[in-house]
Amino acid sequence: MKYAYYPGCASHSTARDMHESCLAVAKALGIDLQEIKGWTCCGASAAHQTDRILAAALPAANLLLAKEMNLDMVVNCAACYSRSKNTNYDVVNSPAVRKKVKNALGQDYDGSVAVRHFVEVLSHDLGPAKLKKAVKQPLNGLKVASYYGCYLLRPPEVTGFDNPENPTLLENLVEAIGGEALEWPGKVECCGGALNLTRTDITVARSAAIIEIAKAAGAECIVTACPMCQTSLDLRQLDMVKTTGKTYNMPVLYITQLIGLSLGIPPKELGINRLMVPPKAVLQALNL
Amino acid sequence: MTIRIKKRSTGKNLRTEVEKRAEVDLATCYQCKKCSIGCPVSGLVASPPAEIIRRLQLGAGDELLQTDLVWTCLSCETCYARCPNEINFAGIIDAMRAIALEKGVARPAGNSPLFNRRFLDTVKSYGRAYDLQMIVGYKLGTGKLMDDVEKFPTMLKKGKMAILPPSGADKSKVKRIFNAAKSKGKSR
Repeated sequence: MKYAYYPGCASHSTARDMHESCLAVAKALGIDLQEIKGWTCCGASAAHQTDRILAAALPAANLLLAKEMNLDMVVNCAACYSRSKNTNYDVVNSPAVRKKVKNALGQDYDGSVAVRHFVEVLSHDLGPAKLKKAVKQPLNGLKVASYYGCYLLRPPEVTGFDNPENPTLLENLVEAIGGEALEWPGKVECCGGALNLTRTDITVARSAAIIEIAKAAGAECIVTACPMCQTSLDLRQLDMVKTTGKTYNMPVLYITQLIGLSLGIPPKELGINRLMVPPKAVLQALNL
Repeated sequence: MTIRIKKRSTGKNLRTEVEKRAEVDLATCYQCKKCSIGCPVSGLVASPPAEIIRRLQLGAGDELLQTDLVWTCLSCETCYARCPNEINFAGIIDAMRAIALEKGVARPAGNSPLFNRRFLDTVKSYGRAYDLQMIVGYKLGTGKLMDDVEKFPTMLKKGKMAILPPSGADKSKVKRIFNAAKSKGKSR
């Protein structure tokens, strides 16, 4: 299992824990992630809100680098994943976009590089059964709410990640490492992350509603695979007390962090200390 | 409800331009309103998604570019995922954003275009996003410098915010892309 790895800008800033835990888990499971040299920003929401060609050309630059490596591109950030998948879809389906992207890059990109989220690699290429065998410290029935958000799932014909209304990839991974994957109705809701700085009130309200749903389902923690969702649900808990009057203390971990703990990787190597809400319940369940 | 649109508006042009840019056919919308029902901000905006489509169908003009959903839309794409006729409403919003920016009539809640410009400025300079510069630039521009300031020490301590700008990106390639796209993302 060898892939071209695209870390994304957040991996060196607000989502270092996402990046650290991804690399640690990959190493422990024998998944070879080759970082793309000279990778550049995917443009994120700022590019697609501004200009369609900019939004397609920025990810295409990285996809062309992965193509030269002759490997599938693995992304652990759901937003970068979405932008890269959208680029593939756009250049394949719109000859006009492909032509303009070629003009911007000085090189044609045909949309042929497969873009995989690290969760897809764990789910399909490795598989939950092999993951289960590698577990050293099962979660002892920890109640986990698996939260998907938007970028992985929608639009389904672009991402092809899982069933857009009732995805189960994260739940299958949670069960494999000994957790109890909760049935809960909040898993495909939007956290409001796109307006995190511009309309913080909306992000706080959306994210508080999601935590309420998870809490009502009995969740001891939430897992996510998106740095925007993680930031909204974790960091913004500090603001929720002002609007809801409640202190939730709900740990929000990257799925790779939870998997890493179950593989016996030291919490520090997984960036657990970087979480804003300390995951006490999680560490207790694992006797850490 | 009754929908009123301005008389003698330039609506035909707006609908045509939106359809062209977003590659959608608005004639296929039969107002089932699944988009509006699934939209997380429907209850917060003047006109929810299905109504925006109806207004475009009826020939609304450039005044529609100033409707609040244009910048309150979270791009969650629930509308598109649930549309029985596969109308990409999130794409319609992106097209309306681009047209509003070009015409200089954007009326953004929370000033998303400023946020986007500050974000893309850092991408243009370093080849990758530089959160610290982007956030300070945005907050200076909006005069909300003190918002979230209390979280900053903890974020720095936990390594959740890089202090130094990113390095290692192929900057010349990114510059080439920005020049070619003639982006509206540049500072104005």
